[in-house]
Amino acid sequence: MTKWRQTGIGLSTFALLVALWFALTAWSGFVSAGRFPSPSEFWSALVQINTRGYAGAQLAAHAFHSVVLVAMGFAVAVATGVPLGLWIGWSRRTEAAINPVFLLIRPIPPLAWIPLAILWLGLGDAAKIMVIWFAAFVPSVINTFSGVRSIERPLLEAATMLGTPRWRFVTEVLAPAAAPMIFTGLRLSLQAAWTTLVAAELVGALVGLGFVLNVAQQDIYPAMILVGMLSVGVLGFATTWLLGAVERRALQWNMAGSER
Amino acid sequence: MMDRPLRLRETIAWGFAGLGCFLGIWTLLTVSGLVPRQFLPTPLDVVARIVQLLTTPFAGATLPQHLASSFERYIVGVSLAALVGIPLGLLMGWFRLLDDILAPIFEALRFIAPIAWVPFAALWFGTGIGGPVMIIFAGAFPPCLINAYRGARFVDPRLIEASRMLGTSHVRTIAEILLPASVPSIVAGLRVAAGLGWQSLVGAELIVAAAGVGFMMVQAQANVSTPTVMAGMIAIGAAGMLIDVLLRQGEALILRRRGISA
Repeated sequence: MTKWRQTGIGLSTFALLVALWFALTAWSGFVSAGRFPSPSEFWSALVQINTRGYAGAQLAAHAFHSVVLVAMGFAVAVATGVPLGLWIGWSRRTEAAINPVFLLIRPIPPLAWIPLAILWLGLGDAAKIMVIWFAAFVPSVINTFSGVRSIERPLLEAATMLGTPRWRFVTEVLAPAAAPMIFTGLRLSLQAAWTTLVAAELVGALVGLGFVLNVAQQDIYPAMILVGMLSVGVLGFATTWLLGAVERRALQWNMAGSER
Repeated sequence: MMDRPLRLRETIAWGFAGLGCFLGIWTLLTVSGLVPRQFLPTPLDVVARIVQLLTTPFAGATLPQHLASSFERYIVGVSLAALVGIPLGLLMGWFRLLDDILAPIFEALRFIAPIAWVPFAALWFGTGIGGPVMIIFAGAFPPCLINAYRGARFVDPRLIEASRMLGTSHVRTIAEILLPASVPSIVAGLRVAAGLGWQSLVGAELIVAAAGVGFMMVQAQANVSTPTVMAGMIAIGAAGMLIDVLLRQGEALILRRRGISA
């Protein structure tokens, strides 16, 4: 019953917000068109970018480009971060050797790498992937590391005693046992990847959602800014949902395995 | 098979070895000419540049002056986030209706990266102090709100029942029961907010500001002055770390005091 109540209130809130949006912009003109678009302006901007295109391409092309960059940066970060996390979680020596370097680099926010990435790699895709990699790398490493460190000792000792070969030990004991923490890290990584991509595209790009935002800002085109922002939000939501689905599949398998 | 914990001496030795490798490879890459010095200055070049920037202005101000203007915006933005977020979080934790109304909105806004607010921030508040402050606010607000909310929701129900029975007013319940009981959660949230706010500040300054460390870095990037970019990164990292250390100290102090007074 409370669930229904919550959904009802939630929906009416959004309905009210939309009504308020109409009231403040289109009907009363209380908020001027130069500050925030009216619903009809928003709609025409949406139609414009989907048909004629804006900032050099249609919305689908911009969005596709951004998603591909996030996916690539995220993939590289996961492919490097998770193994490194497993390794420093496993070996105290590696941890001791890498920790100071990590402590030195970690306080630098990912966004602060953007100018350096542009200097090194220019305004193209490579610079974005580098920055996303940096941003998504750190949460992957840290959470994988704490995941490994929180594994119960008896599990590790049993595996060792049974003479599990090193490779199988990593793939069948270490990684699955640390999986819940690893996925927490991946979720944070994904969020960081989106933030960084948008920032990097705002600073300098030739295509992508951040670039749409940038051009719309320079054109003083509030409706298109709103289109860009909402697209970023929708894609962020979609990719987070996708990762959640993958996590449920992965961890379900993990649980089924432990029950057998 | 699991490594035993290392002794302190070993930890330090391995640490220096790792650090040495890192700085050694970096220096070698440059000195050997593999990477042009213009794009990868040696660690010493960067240190020298930082020292130089302490007195010589770049992009209109010296490094400490840039830092000062960054801090000014930062403090305004984070304070605003705390002043709005914490009371709102407590109210949402107390009044169920408010929670049901606002939660879906925040839930939807959560997926829009703070940095995506930059165009509107510039449009509404300009690129001076208002725009960046709004971005910092967008970054620092959610943890303030969420932690105050969680703190208020997880207050010991017996306290609330007792206050209800004694007929305490809403205002007094919030101020004298919910707020004190959720201080640990709020303080933890503030620390997260401070970190996220600092990140957002850097992003905002890269894009819209006319002063500050981020602005200095963008100018340095345009002038292909890699040492200045790196100096900016180090300054940002060091300042962020300093903020975190100070807040940790503050958090420990508050928790200790509460431990004694409770």
